[in-house]
Parts: sequence; structure tokens; C-alpha cells
Amino acid sequence: MEDQGNMLRIDDLRSEVDGKPILKGLSLALNAGEVHAIMGPNGAGKSTLAYTLGGRPGYEVTGGSVSFDGRDLLAMAPHERAAAGLFLGFQYPVEIPGISNVQFLREALNSQRKARGQEPLSAAEFLRLAREKAALLGLDMEMLKRPVNVGFSGGEKKRAEMVQMGILDPKLAILDETDSGLDIDALKTVGAGINAIMRAPDKAVLLITHYQRLLDYVQPDFVHILAGGRIVKSGGPELALALEREGYAEVIAA
Amino acid sequence: MSALARLPTRRDEAWRYSDLDAAARIWPVGEPERLVVAPGESRAMSLLQDAASGEAVIRDHRIEIGAGGSLAVHLLDMGGMLGRVTFDVTLARGAHFELKAALIGAGAQTIELVTTVTHAEPEATSEQIVRAIAAGQATTSYLGQIKVARGAQKTDAAQSFKAMLLDRTATANAKPELEIFADDVKCAHGASVGELDRTALFYMASRGLDPARARALMLEAFIAGLFDDMADEAERARFDAAARAKLEALG
Repeated sequence: MEDQGNMLRIDDLRSEVDGKPILKGLSLALNAGEVHAIMGPNGAGKSTLAYTLGGRPGYEVTGGSVSFDGRDLLAMAPHERAAAGLFLGFQYPVEIPGISNVQFLREALNSQRKARGQEPLSAAEFLRLAREKAALLGLDMEMLKRPVNVGFSGGEKKRAEMVQMGILDPKLAILDETDSGLDIDALKTVGAGINAIMRAPDKAVLLITHYQRLLDYVQPDFVHILAGGRIVKSGGPELALALEREGYAEVIAA
Repeated sequence: MSALARLPTRRDEAWRYSDLDAAARIWPVGEPERLVVAPGESRAMSLLQDAASGEAVIRDHRIEIGAGGSLAVHLLDMGGMLGRVTFDVTLARGAHFELKAALIGAGAQTIELVTTVTHAEPEATSEQIVRAIAAGQATTSYLGQIKVARGAQKTDAAQSFKAMLLDRTATANAKPELEIFADDVKCAHGASVGELDRTALFYMASRGLDPARARALMLEAFIAGLFDDMADEAERARFDAAARAKLEALG
């Protein structure tokens, strides 16, 4: 893969949690316009990859490099990564009592815009944007007036997460098990939302998932298998189908 | 209890967490401010204590609320090297007293609130909601005493204290104390001390908020609602702005 033009390039990334090595030399490159899926058994390091790329405290990089749009991602603080266009979709979206979604997202968006030298959105402009994205994901606008994720069901949290993504309009979305906890209808809506927001020539998606089912709705261009802290196999969408049919052990051994 | 003529010591219960050196600088303090709420009357009172950083402040209040009367107090206590506010409240039959207070301390400040609420007669109600935030080497303390006199049946008293420590060097003290001499009463109290949720801070950063703003937002949320029911809009705006400025400065 070419160094030039990769939106995200991960080389020999190593990271550890509580002194325990989890990522052990992971390499991967994504170009604009592509959707990649990372699949892997429990404990393979899927969430660690997401958190390491997001810069979560406690996920310590011990080696390797990551460039995002040609910039050193690992040198940036988490909020700077967001302003640079990275969005991390959480497997377990966090509840923040006392802060409404509307206030939180408007402040977040305007912080990002400020960092990029753009004018802030007014309250009215922001509400118009929020209403549009909430409708796209089938989330009642009233929910956005409530505190962030507080009292939301598992499915509502995932929809809200995608509404956040729609509002923040990132270049690269890393979605950690966004399909977990969704019933079939919600899965369809969330899948359609990801396509509507992120399927564009200048954007890319890294879908981290345990199951093939989300990939029926968001079709990946590339599928990678993560095991033991590194990518052990890469291929096209057929790889996900083989995993579903034969299981991780078989496919990794093949 | 008349004002102490002698300088208090740590052995005086209500002073055990105080900054006695700072108190000594302004000792002796004058008589408490007195307020009498007439029977059936409803009153409100607000106090924003934002003295300059080197000052020592002691504000004592002696309050009597007549039968069926009520008093709502809002307090933002955040100024001075020592910022000490006390309320000694006596409730007659069916009277109501409520206090909503935020204590915010940074640097080496000692910010403290002492309440003594005496239900002298039956059917009175009282509530204290206190939120404290301490950064740096600051100490925030709440000493809240509820006394239910013999025969003061159907008393309903509630007290809630929550403190947030922003640094390992900061201190929060809670000393709830109930003294009940009646058997048909409701007295609820709760106290907790915690830290900001790191997972939430990372979540906010991952959406683009810088650490100082994320922290200030969470702290605003922590004390949110305390001043919402202030009747005087301009006064409420003054409290909100002062608290916000203080919290922003903690970052």
C-alpha cells in the first residue's frame, strides 16, 4: 500500500493496558472512499484498537506509528483527533447526567469548528442540523433534549451515537461494535444511517464487529481478521461470509 | 448560643475543619444577622459570598420562622481564604425552611457551611441540598445538624450533600448529625464524595471538547438546578455567571 494518499495508515502498532500487551504489531491502511471491517474473536484486541486510535488514557502505545491524513495521530490529544476528523463510536456509549445532548453536541461541534478556524453555528443553525440527523436515524428529537444517554435503551444509545456522528460529520469513523444490542429494525436503520453519513469519496469507515450481520447493511470493501493483537488475514466481503459459515478457528487456520 | 467571645478551637464541633488562623485575623466577629419570618409569611434570601482571595469571611445567621411561614435560601459560597457561612434556624409549627447551596473552593481556600435546623414544633419541614467542589489544596466542609424537639411530631427533614474532589490534595468533609426526640418523624440524609468520571471525560474529548471545557461542563452539571427556582431572574443569572466563572478558572 502507498504511503501517499492513505487516509489512515497504521504501522506495526503496539499498545498495552495495565502493562499487558494487547496490540502486537498491527498494520493496516485505509483510503478515502473505503469501508473496512475488522472482525475477530473476543479478546483479540478489537476494542483496544479503537481506544488506542481514539487516545483513551490507559491505552499506552509502546511502538509503531499511525498517520491520519498525513499527520501523526498518536501525537494528538483526543479532542484534537476529533477536530482532525476522527469519530469514535463507542460500544458502550457513556451516560452524562445533567448535560443535554443538544448542549453537549453543540459545544463539541463548535469546539471542533473553532479548532479548524471555522465560524461557530448559531443555536438555530445547530437545531436544524440536529433535527435533520435525528430524523435520519429515527430518533425522536425530544430525546436529544434529554441528558446524554441517560435512561436510553441500548438501541437508543446506538442510534444517538450515529446522530452524533451525523452532526459532527467526521472524515473517518471508527465504529466499535455499533451493532451490539440492536434488534433487526434498529440494525437496518443504523446501517442505513452509516451509509448515508459516511459513504462518500472523501470519507472512510472502520467497522469493528464480532458478527457478520451489520455487514449485510453496510457492505465493506475489505475485511480483516484481528487475532492475538495483529491482523492475521485480509480479504474482500467473502471473508466475512466464510467466518460466519466456518468460524474463526477454521478461517484463521486455512 | 451567643457569639463566641473567645477564639474557637478544633475542639469546638462546628469549627473542627475550619481555618482557625484565618478566623483569628477577623476575630471577634459580630452578632449573627437576624431574620424573623412572620407566621404564614413566605420569604426568600440569597447570598453570594465571593470575597477577594486574601480575605477571611464569617457570616452567621439566626433565623426564626413562625407557624406556617417559609424561607427559601440560595447560597453560593466561593470567596476568601476562609469563607464560612452558618445558619441557625428554628421552625415553629408547620413552618418550612429550604437551603440550596454550592460550595466551591480552589487553591488553599477553606469554604464551609454550618447549619443547625431545629424543628421546635410539630409538622415543620426542612430541606438542605448542598453541593461542594474542591480543587487544589482546598477544603470544603458541610456540617449539618437537624434537631427535632420533644413533641415535634410529623417533622419532615431532608438533607443531601455531595462533594466532588478535583485533585488528590483537595478535601471534603461531611458531618451530618441528627438529634431526634420525637417518634413520628421523617429524617433523611445522604452524603457522598466522588471524583469526575474519567470515562465521561474521555467520551467528551472524543467528541471534540478540550479537557478544561469538558471538566467545566461536568461541574456545571454537578451543581445544575440548585439555583433554578430563584424567583429573582437577575439574581439567578448573577449566581450562574459567578459559578461558571469560578468553575472555568479551576481548569
